[in-house]
Amino acid sequence: MSSVLLLSILMLSLLGIVLAIILYLVAQKFKVFEDPRIDQVEAILPGANCGGCGFPGCRGFADAFVKTDDITRMFCPVGGNDTMAAAAAIMGKTVEAKETQVAVIRCAGSPENRKRIVQYDGATSCKIATSLYGGDTGCQFGCLGLGDCVAVCKFDAIYIDPTTLLPVVDEEKCTSCGACVKACPKFIIELRKKGPKGKRIFVSCINKDKGGIARKACQVACIGCGKCVKTCPHDAITMENNLAYIDFNKCKLCRKCVEECPTGAIREANFPPRKPKIEAEVQTEKTE
Amino acid sequence: MNMLKTFSKGGVHPSENKISANRSIEILPLPQKVSIPVSQHIGAPATILVAKGDKVKVGQIIAQSAGFVSANIHSSVSGTVESIDAVLDSSGYKRQTITITVEGDEWESSIDRTTDLKKDIQLTSQDIIKRINEAGIVGLGGATFPSHVKLSVPSGKKADVLIINGVECEPYLTSDHRLMLEKGHELMVGIQILMKALNVSKALIGIENNKPDAINYLKIIAGEYKGIEVHALKVKYPQGGEKQLIKALVNREVPSGGLPIDIGTVVHNVGTAFAVYEAVQKNKPLFERVVTVTGKILPRTANYMVRIGTSVSDLIAAAGGLPEDTGKVVNGGPMMGKALVNTDVPVTKGTSGIIVFQSKESKRKTESVCIRCAKCVSICPMGLEPYLLNKLGQQMIFDRMEQENVLDCMECGSCSFECPAHLPLLDYIRLGKAEVSKIIRSRKN
Ligand code: SF4
Ligand code: SF4
Ligand code: SF4
Ligand code: SF4
Repeated sequence: MSSVLLLSILMLSLLGIVLAIILYLVAQKFKVFEDPRIDQVEAILPGANCGGCGFPGCRGFADAFVKTDDITRMFCPVGGNDTMAAAAAIMGKTVEAKETQVAVIRCAGSPENRKRIVQYDGATSCKIATSLYGGDTGCQFGCLGLGDCVAVCKFDAIYIDPTTLLPVVDEEKCTSCGACVKACPKFIIELRKKGPKGKRIFVSCINKDKGGIARKACQVACIGCGKCVKTCPHDAITMENNLAYIDFNKCKLCRKCVEECPTGAIREANFPPRKPKIEAEVQTEKTE
Repeated sequence: MNMLKTFSKGGVHPSENKISANRSIEILPLPQKVSIPVSQHIGAPATILVAKGDKVKVGQIIAQSAGFVSANIHSSVSGTVESIDAVLDSSGYKRQTITITVEGDEWESSIDRTTDLKKDIQLTSQDIIKRINEAGIVGLGGATFPSHVKLSVPSGKKADVLIINGVECEPYLTSDHRLMLEKGHELMVGIQILMKALNVSKALIGIENNKPDAINYLKIIAGEYKGIEVHALKVKYPQGGEKQLIKALVNREVPSGGLPIDIGTVVHNVGTAFAVYEAVQKNKPLFERVVTVTGKILPRTANYMVRIGTSVSDLIAAAGGLPEDTGKVVNGGPMMGKALVNTDVPVTKGTSGIIVFQSKESKRKTESVCIRCAKCVSICPMGLEPYLLNKLGQQMIFDRMEQENVLDCMECGSCSFECPAHLPLLDYIRLGKAEVSKIIRSRKN
């Protein structure tokens, strides 16, 4: 009885050892060399797997980063400059720091500014609504407020404001991965440089209609009057299809255009409130 | 009693509501101005031939077909071109449109305005197709596919039977029904012209059994014309779909991704056949059509002969004006039509009806969750699984949607109609179709 037990234990152990040796030999034969630096780079990356870099997840980015010669065109928007510098150090390279970007919403058509003329009761998806009709207001360019951008943001950085019915980007959380830019069927969201201390100026409208039509549809639409273009001392503003666009790199943040715009289509972000002195000056000018 | 024919897979029975069935076709008085979009058909928008300030006559060509799949556009009134501009269309997008102020009613002299029936067909098959192309005729059932394209059978293929769609399976609509009753002989000659163009000796007209007067009348007069048969069909939506109608009448199945011509059939709508008669025998291009104006809350429902470009609000005004309690105005039938975002949009070649719904009739019911009842699967006439496509669409898994043959969906809306959870199934399926087509196109490049 006991010999049977012993024999089976012996047999199984032997079998195990033999198979282990075979497995080891096979693994040696088919071994694929993988650059250990891929693991190191991956460990530095944020692990958000958001795809904002254009690669399938962080591992994909790390793989490409180690294998390519030219790393200047690669960037992890979530990790930002620090992460990129650390990753480049592993490769014994350096990278230039990029200015951080943030998503901006180029539509200010809240219900107050832009009357709702029809009621939409289809599926809650901007993409579907766009395929069905121009929008629930007179503006066929404006935000539909159904939140496709909110749905794709992996960082919880964007939400729909319940009173304006427009998306709002949380600057602290936004990593500029660009997922929302791709998701918006109306092409409303733009990645813009964040600016010094977050200060930036942009036209918060993409309506390409002629002035009268645009104004009728929305009170804060860009009407293409060109006043901002004339006012700008730095040639930063261009006009195309009745729509003004401010070049971030040329803009010196003087805020002259913001004052000039008759509809208030130009937005300023993170500026301190204007000094009351200027307001007083404006008032005296008017009374004169 | 013998069983009536119908298609075999799926189908639903929405309430018919053919309120305007007894109202004969009236000619709508000329509007003050018309807005004629240059893209009223599937395919390339037509190229504009007139300029602001030009004088035009009724039937004059004002925009020329831009390619094989495109169609000519003719003026529907006489007067002066007021503007050429982008104007809101029925879905709230701006489209290139020619606006003409109406002055008098002067027709091109080449058009035969008499009402006598002209039976003998002089043109050859090729000249017929050419004339149909020149006249800007598109599928008037709503699909607006240029008719000459369907008649130009590709080499290596051959049609053996022409199918005429008199089904009008959408609830409410009655324009085809009235046309069959009032223009029966013209319709028959139109069908003979189409038969000659296709070189077939047999044509079958399919009509649903809820129009017994039209069936009887056409059966009686069909005796005078060679090769035309009238068939009564069981009432079932969407029998007016090409593939369903072919299945019902000749029991053939169009393969997935294929066309009716692949199995020797060509389908045309009765409205199209009538337009073909007018184009070929009377030299009259397509610039007017029958439009049903209906709705339970409208004071008066009607079937109007309308010049293309007339504003929908003019039509509704003629029918007694928009009632207070209006919830939705739909362009087309209630199943496949689209709600209008505003009524100042023009009637186009594809407008078969305008339906006014009360707010309480038009509200979508609140969605709940899919209970896996499989109703959508059993009613889908294309044999798809709408519940699955809906889920895949929501999660944007478009490659799986392609494998599930989402492109076969004919957008009949039966699934959304039947779904007890009121899910917007077709919305997500449409999204999937658009995305999958994009993927396929990018794969080809
Ligand atoms: S707001 Fe847009 S860009 Fe910013 S993190 Fe979210 S998805 Fe990415
Ligand atoms: S910004 Fe674009 S995606 Fe976001 S809610 Fe508006 S329309 Fe939709
Ligand atoms: S001033 Fe304002 S409205 Fe005029 S073009 Fe500039 S942004 Fe548009
Ligand atoms: S809409 Fe499409 S999926 Fe739904 S029942 Fe019709 S064919 Fe089937």
